[in-house]
Amino acid sequence: MSTIYVPGDSGALALGADAVCRAISSEAAARRLDVRVVRNGSRGAYWLEPLIEVASAQGRIAYGPVSAADVPGLFEAGWLEGGAHRLLLGPTDQLPWFAGQQRLSFERVGLTDPCSVADYVAHGGYQGLRRALSMDPASVVERISRSGLRGRGGAAFPTGIKWKTVLDQPAGQKYVTCNADEGDSGTFSDRMLIEGDPLSLIEGMTIAGLAVGATQGYIYLRAEYPHAWRTLTQAIAAAYAADYLGGDVMGSGRRFDLEIRLGAGAYICGEETSMLESLEGRRGEVRVRPPLPAIKGLFGRPTIVNNVITLATVPLILREGAEFYAGFGMGKSRGTLPLQLAGNIKRGGLVERAFGLTLRELLYDYGGGSASGRPIRAVQIGGPLGAYVPAAQFDTPVDYEALAAIGAMLGHGGIVVFDDTVDMARMARYAMEFCAIESCGKCTPCRIGSTRGMEILDRIIEGRDAQRNLEQLDALCELMVQGSLCGLGGMAPFPVQSAVKHFREDFSARAQH
Amino acid sequence: MHTSAADQGHDVRRILAQFKDRPGPLLEVLHAVQGAFGFIPPESVGLIAEQLNLSRAEVHGVVSFYHHFRATPPGQHVVQICRAESCQAVGGEALAAHARERLGVDFHESTPDGRFSLEPVYCLGLCACSPAVMLDGRPHGRVTPERLDALLGEADGHSGGDA
Repeated sequence: MSTIYVPGDSGALALGADAVCRAISSEAAARRLDVRVVRNGSRGAYWLEPLIEVASAQGRIAYGPVSAADVPGLFEAGWLEGGAHRLLLGPTDQLPWFAGQQRLSFERVGLTDPCSVADYVAHGGYQGLRRALSMDPASVVERISRSGLRGRGGAAFPTGIKWKTVLDQPAGQKYVTCNADEGDSGTFSDRMLIEGDPLSLIEGMTIAGLAVGATQGYIYLRAEYPHAWRTLTQAIAAAYAADYLGGDVMGSGRRFDLEIRLGAGAYICGEETSMLESLEGRRGEVRVRPPLPAIKGLFGRPTIVNNVITLATVPLILREGAEFYAGFGMGKSRGTLPLQLAGNIKRGGLVERAFGLTLRELLYDYGGGSASGRPIRAVQIGGPLGAYVPAAQFDTPVDYEALAAIGAMLGHGGIVVFDDTVDMARMARYAMEFCAIESCGKCTPCRIGSTRGMEILDRIIEGRDAQRNLEQLDALCELMVQGSLCGLGGMAPFPVQSAVKHFREDFSARAQH
Repeated sequence: MHTSAADQGHDVRRILAQFKDRPGPLLEVLHAVQGAFGFIPPESVGLIAEQLNLSRAEVHGVVSFYHHFRATPPGQHVVQICRAESCQAVGGEALAAHARERLGVDFHESTPDGRFSLEPVYCLGLCACSPAVMLDGRPHGRVTPERLDALLGEADGHSGGDA
């Protein structure tokens, strides 16, 4: 029997993977071939999706991008044995785009059957949890601290410190929550991980629960990800069935329960206190801090709030050791980061590398430049609240501190590419518009400031009194940064200010309409 | 999906019975109600409030806070067009303009024949194959105006089958 891997990842589906899957089944049936199709996650090379792999004697061989119409020809070419065809890419692991990557958090994504516990265990799964069960909770937390792992959701707060705070709270009901409200444009690593290797997230949350004394976990997943929801639901059921979740985790007598809660299309719920409000069934309005969620979080109890990638990386750190993970990276940015290349990029997708490579390597060596073939003028890093970075700064290393030093931020690792046709004044206006649409309304600088910002930028775009309006815009941005309750209003000015700073010609020299 | 008021109340009570003893159940209940009816019928707000020991204002406040919840029935087909930066970088705005023109409605509106609802969405996580569209829960990447026309035509063909 031959095995064919057809990604079930929603990005691959968006490019026709289901139609390819149907064509493979019917063509195999017509040829009376015994073919097993595995719906794996995506390898992350979306420019090659649907990327179909056949398991041959020489390992996995990739073909792509495959359309349903190509399928009869691929069988004709003998692809089950790796036969030559114009879509043949070669052994997947040896493709240059993958060969240089350092996949730790994504070690299994695209390789395994996402919801198969057996496949997960065969690829190193649940060794981390086994290890954690043999250690005392403080040692588990200490190992996470020593690994240097920082929150991958965007804030980059040291994970070990957060866990220790929760561990140090008096015993009683505590929670582990996963923030899977991946709302930043240009990011999709949480979605890919949940669709491609959900058990690593489940294992990571279980370890977190054991480490801090929490018996209940919640995954707050955005409603815009229905496919991720289906995969995760199935994976949680599989973990329960195999006693990796429930009242007797791996025969230890310890309990950990896990459920998914769906968001409802509010960007602000990616902010941790707003997410907790939403989990409690309320409007997603941010809370005033302190108290920190680690002390008084969900339902008023000590709560870990971590991003998907942070939690999914925990099993590897337990399995391989803190030093192994900390051996990757530079400065205070230890380990690897799954970076996401998006927007106007020729070879878009997920690149996991140790911190320290430059933006230029990412954009040109991996990304191949813009999709349009025109010069790249700007990239926005870290989502709609992240700064725009001009081409002159593309030699900056990808590292939390190095990007902060040029007034940018790495955030969740998404990079949106724009070519030279972009109008930066319109992008600045969009930043304010987005903030106005998504503001929770609790504080005035964000709620009102974003609308005023939009109006000022409208006047600038119309070419009216640029000098005076730019001064007003600057004052407004400063007020929002200083006066907002959370990062939405507090950071929405970053793309605006960076656009004005680096691309002033788009603001000051506009023709009057 | 025409149900009598009595049927509707029955369904909402069944959903409430399923969720009301879970911690922080309101969003779960609203998702289930919208799953059953396609929207949150305004008549159900009172019942939900009463059963969850909340005020009607609190329930209404939650329904209106979240973009995902709707208080009116959607069209037969829901077209979500991503309006975020990654899609803007490769023609997303032109695609959005085309969708408005082709359907003859603005965002947040439905066509008068009830066939299509047009919704904005701020990121579908398909940013490596922008511009992205979700049509009736199915994702589509690298969508050109021509491709969108074809997708809408296909959907309309299906819904027109029983007309």
